[in-house]
Amino acid sequence: MIKEELKQYLEQTFPSAKVDETFDFPVLFLTKEELIPVMKQLRDAPETKFNFLFCETAVDRNPEFEMVYHLTSTYYHHDMMVKVILEDRENPEIESVYSVWEAADLYEDEIYDLFGIRFTNHPNLRRIFLTDEWVGYPLRKDYQDDRIISL
Amino acid sequence: MENQTVTPSELKTEEFVVNIGPQHPATHGVLRVEVTLDGETVKDVLPHLGYIHRGIEKMTESLGYKQSIFLTSRMDYLSAHINNHLCALAIEKAAQIEVPARAKAIRIIMDELQRLTSHELWWGSCAMDIGAVTPFFLGFRDRERILELFEQNTGNRLTMSYIIPGGVMNDVRPDFVPKLKALLKSIKDYRKEYDQLITGNYIFQHRTQGIGVLSKEQAISLGCTGPTARASGLSCDIRKLYPYDGYEKLDFKEVIDYGCDNWARYVVRMEEMSQSIHIIEQLLDNLPTGDYRTKLKGVLKLPAGEYYQRVESARGELGVYIVSDGGAKPYRMKFRTPCYSNLGAVKPISVGMKIADLMANMATIDLVIPDMDR
Amino acid sequence: MIQFSDVTTWIHQLLSSCMAPWLVFLIELVVAAVAAVVALLVCVIIMVYMERKVAGHMQLRHGPNRVGWHGLCQLFADIIKLLLKESFTPTRADKLLFTVAPVLSLCVSLLALAPISWGPGLVLWNTNIGVLFVTAISSMGVIGILMAGWSSNNKYALLGAMRSGAQIVSYELSAGLSIVTIVALAGTLNTGGIIESQANGWWVLKGHLPAIFAFIIYIIASTAECNRAPFDLAEAESELTAGYHTEYSGMQFGIFYLNEYINMGVVAMIASTLFLGGWQPFYLPFDFPLAHAFNDIMALKFMETWPAWISWVSLAWPLVWFFGKLFLIIFFMMWFRWTFPRLRIDQLLKLEWKYLLPLSIVNLVIVALFIVLGLHF
Repeated sequence: MIKEELKQYLEQTFPSAKVDETFDFPVLFLTKEELIPVMKQLRDAPETKFNFLFCETAVDRNPEFEMVYHLTSTYYHHDMMVKVILEDRENPEIESVYSVWEAADLYEDEIYDLFGIRFTNHPNLRRIFLTDEWVGYPLRKDYQDDRIISL
Repeated sequence: MENQTVTPSELKTEEFVVNIGPQHPATHGVLRVEVTLDGETVKDVLPHLGYIHRGIEKMTESLGYKQSIFLTSRMDYLSAHINNHLCALAIEKAAQIEVPARAKAIRIIMDELQRLTSHELWWGSCAMDIGAVTPFFLGFRDRERILELFEQNTGNRLTMSYIIPGGVMNDVRPDFVPKLKALLKSIKDYRKEYDQLITGNYIFQHRTQGIGVLSKEQAISLGCTGPTARASGLSCDIRKLYPYDGYEKLDFKEVIDYGCDNWARYVVRMEEMSQSIHIIEQLLDNLPTGDYRTKLKGVLKLPAGEYYQRVESARGELGVYIVSDGGAKPYRMKFRTPCYSNLGAVKPISVGMKIADLMANMATIDLVIPDMDR
Repeated sequence: MIQFSDVTTWIHQLLSSCMAPWLVFLIELVVAAVAAVVALLVCVIIMVYMERKVAGHMQLRHGPNRVGWHGLCQLFADIIKLLLKESFTPTRADKLLFTVAPVLSLCVSLLALAPISWGPGLVLWNTNIGVLFVTAISSMGVIGILMAGWSSNNKYALLGAMRSGAQIVSYELSAGLSIVTIVALAGTLNTGGIIESQANGWWVLKGHLPAIFAFIIYIIASTAECNRAPFDLAEAESELTAGYHTEYSGMQFGIFYLNEYINMGVVAMIASTLFLGGWQPFYLPFDFPLAHAFNDIMALKFMETWPAWISWVSLAWPLVWFFGKLFLIIFFMMWFRWTFPRLRIDQLLKLEWKYLLPLSIVNLVIVALFIVLGLHF
């Protein structure tokens, strides 16, 4: 389905959720509770079949975090984005989508390492790039480090 | 002590943990892999990254778009042109910049040449990991000649930063086309020799066939792309699915194999090299004349919004997700790198195999660590 | 023409005319042993240089070409470097075994030199169990490897030593059976006797089918015995660093390195003795005048009328053939190393136990049939 059709389909199937669009993809906004059931539905529904999670990231929109999931279908070759807003800045937590796509394993390790967002039900959440003793989460907008020298 | 008979299946062996890397000839960069072994059999594989994490995504937030291009070459330096191409395409899409036809053709030629060099290096180091040392030098011989061409035309051998938003940095030299034609002919001749040496070698075939099986469902679930996934039967060539810069007009095959093992990944990459040569030959015959760049005035600002661009790198789908707030610097630039997702495939295909097979698996998945670590 | 026995009797008379018999015996013993070891070490030096140059040229590069003319002094530079390096024993390693292991490997390899016949009458120990002695002593080489791997207190070394031990012990069987094939054809275990029996043609040609099979099996099995590629799992650089000699540095590592080439040398000497005619020149077993003339030239018959002082050439001639064949086989072993990928341990052992060993046994039965039916030349 192309972007407009997909947007209409999402508006019909998820009337309670906000649907928007970016330059390339339609965007579906979800809450933390409905994340896993809706993702599973998107993966299994015969009209969409979003079986490929090709990008998962987070954006620090002061003061909240925005989890961004990019999905595509290897059957229909259409794509979409799913966003979840995390209000809590001190201890952001969300459920892992590892149970839906195994690719989330490494993506979520990276997000935990660089943003500090915790994922429940993740097989082995660890700091993957930085050392285990690192203090702070570098990709946050308010990350301070004495070792950074600005010229 | 009472007389007990113990059957071999009841004998307990102890597992021990072996560290492979970060300095190791076979890990293709600084990757530390913690392998739990039971004798010779691999029980668990845990990769540790971060030895070459430079914080490229954080750096782009403080550099303008034009300067971020230079950072992208350093992500996967074996596909440097393709990385630059990705960023250039994303920025052109967002800022609605037109690129002249000559620039598009030159970009594709550089991309495919880059893919050739990357696969030549992969071939040499894959054969070296499996034991034959000579192909390393043979692969590098071809790579050297292509890098020489790069140096003459773009100014640099490894991190070129030649493809920029608007076109290419400078025009190719007048002798580029004849030199490239001669070079492609000699590479095609050498490929026949390489097929006899390694592809047709009985020992090599037995080291790779049936080893490291990655089923199509697993590849999809793990997010694998590129030759790794195409060898499992998944059609995912971005040049065919979401063509860019004129790929839709070119005649080339998407190489898919259904073997799912190391041998299939090997064969897919070898055939991709032939396809790359075929693409370049089509473009060389009728290279469009005209401008090589659209000049961009002043500071480059992208309209507010979110943009995603994907290209086919030598290792898989390379993507960039730009979140722009309308200013001169990106709010967030996330790079979706193929090796990071393909890394997830190493554990499922290696558990239960011998340690020599783990090396062969990592070699055929073609991991490049700076791509993973960014 | 001068023979080697003339030279040795001349030395013996010279010494016994001015010394007591026991001293003469001692001096001769030492001189003979030193001469053999020095000759072997010169071969090894040439082998190491050859390896690096052959590897270089096969890989489209020059190899060493800075130290000395065309890199000839490279090995001496390396030896000096190894001697000056710190020989470091890991803290928790078993000190005694760690120090003894390289020395033991070296001694065992050098011992195998004893029954080898370098020329007509030029043999250290002319025994009639010559070939059996060599195979027995080579089997002891595995002890040095296991000692090195175990005493290093290092997982990689242990894994490498275990693999290597399994490999060597398995491939000795095929190698031994191929040797038995030729021994059956020649009828003697004495190396000198085997070479003499090839005066009318090399066994690889005279024994045709079974001898050719035995030759091929012997070359494969002995490449595996020496831990050379494609069977170099024990020192697979791209997998487990350096295998059983990971923890060795300095001259101890140098001894292991030397040992590999000495093993190769001994194996190639046995191969050329048994299959390629040792120090015998090439012989055409045909019955027409051109063949006869060729054979006469090869046997240097034309030198019989020459003055004695120039007939030292007849001393060097068999040595030329011996070393020529030696380096030919070594070149083939090096060619294998730089062409083929490596076999995995289970593929390696499968090759031996499921393919080479049954083939060798069948080959032995065939050669027995040939001998009984008189089908060999």
